[in-house]
Amino acid sequence: MLLSARPGGAATTLRTAGVSALTVRGGGFGHGRDAVLTGVDLTVRPGEVVAVRGPNGAGKSTLVRGVLGLCDVQAGEVRLFDVPRARFRDWHRVGYVPQRHTVAGGVPVTVRELVSSGRLSRLRAWQRFGEADRCAVDCALEGAGLAGSGRRLLAELSGGQQRRALLARALAGDPELLLLDEPTAGVDAASQRVVAGTLAGLAETGAAVVVVLHELGPLAEVVTRTVTLPGADAPC
Amino acid sequence: MLSYEFMRLALAAAVLVGLTAPTVGVHLVQRRLSLIGDGLGHVALLGVAVGLVTRSAPVLTALLATVAGAVAVEVLRARRSASADVALAIMFYGGLAGGVVVVTRAPAGIPVTLDGYLFGALTTTTRGDLVLFAVLAAVVLAVTIGSGRSLFTVALDEEHARASGLPVLQLNLLLAVVTAVTVTLSMRVLGLLLISGLMVLPAGCAQLVAHSFRSSLVIAALIGVTVSVGGTAVSWYADTPSGGTIVLMAVAAYAVLSIGRLARRGSPRHGPGVVPSPVRVG
Repeated sequence: MLLSARPGGAATTLRTAGVSALTVRGGGFGHGRDAVLTGVDLTVRPGEVVAVRGPNGAGKSTLVRGVLGLCDVQAGEVRLFDVPRARFRDWHRVGYVPQRHTVAGGVPVTVRELVSSGRLSRLRAWQRFGEADRCAVDCALEGAGLAGSGRRLLAELSGGQQRRALLARALAGDPELLLLDEPTAGVDAASQRVVAGTLAGLAETGAAVVVVLHELGPLAEVVTRTVTLPGADAPC
Repeated sequence: MLSYEFMRLALAAAVLVGLTAPTVGVHLVQRRLSLIGDGLGHVALLGVAVGLVTRSAPVLTALLATVAGAVAVEVLRARRSASADVALAIMFYGGLAGGVVVVTRAPAGIPVTLDGYLFGALTTTTRGDLVLFAVLAAVVLAVTIGSGRSLFTVALDEEHARASGLPVLQLNLLLAVVTAVTVTLSMRVLGLLLISGLMVLPAGCAQLVAHSFRSSLVIAALIGVTVSVGGTAVSWYADTPSGGTIVLMAVAAYAVLSIGRLARRGSPRHGPGVVPSPVRVG
């Protein structure tokens, strides 16, 4: 099991010996009875940055959403930190950057408020937002290249800036497994390099990163392994 | 005005409702559910009628009816059924019609007027009512402010909240129940047909001037208390119905803020925080 899907050899497996962040075995994902993706085998270890690629409709998003429980696991097994997903409760260890998002609501929201909401899973009910939490939010804003934009209104940001704000929200929770669904779509090259640096830094601290990408771009330098899903007709 | 006991009680009730209703309203407006309070007001009428007919406390039966209605709304919303929209209409108008019909079956000797509930009868507030209002207001504020961050997070991105392990359904139900409590609480002050006005209009005002969600909550509550107390005072001097006067004042506040915003537009905007601040390392 330790050697599965890891081309690094014995030395590497010794270093990272222990729990994998994400394991999918024979995974089938979809909505209700509609299967989008079948027969997925994937193991992601701490410190890895795994790119998931494939044509439109291959089920890249469905894979990520299936792991998170946002669509149905129809077959096989999904384990998070070696715990079967159905019994997994430590969702604060997992960060998620959704693909599409309309960050509009009826009430004005600042970038900082959005990013702080990503910290909530780390707090117990009724626990106050403390100095450590504020600090984590500052770091997250910086990691997404949004330092200094915290007080801006979300609605005033460009599409690319909004995507980075969503990345910052995920970073604020100090995730040990980070799942990103096309985080760099619509993001300019300079900001993509900031994002790449942030993901590399995260992986260095031992976090596992799974990133769905249509184009590698500047992230190519930090990706340690690429998984390609075969094309399919099913839309996600 | 303050030398009369009933006016002191009325003003105290106005403060409680003016403070609580807008904090609920901000959460509802954030979720684009601003008319839900109106629908629950319709359902409350059935509860009031049942209370009058069975000689039990109408406030209690109205509370039960609205809580049941609010939970039903959330369940329908969670199922995302295509017919949910129509189901809500059936529930709201069924409640209103049921109330109007049931109340005619009141036993002899009970005044069967729904006017006080439909349009408010603030000056009939008793000391006992006020104690109940205060308890209900405390419960509502504990949720809208105390759990504000969680409710906000769910409203912002329900799917992400679910992926983060937040109890999304429970939080939505909590807000639904609190909305129902607020409807019941505001029933005597504003009337069931006007409740939504005091929930939503201050939130709408906040939308115009606030620079964050948190300041929206504060601004909405301040405007709520101001129009609520101001409307009650005006209704005393001008001899107008309190509920309608309060809501008209909220409408006026919205108009003034809109005009102010239009006037500001064109002048360069000094938005905060666009200049990068020194990097903090944590």
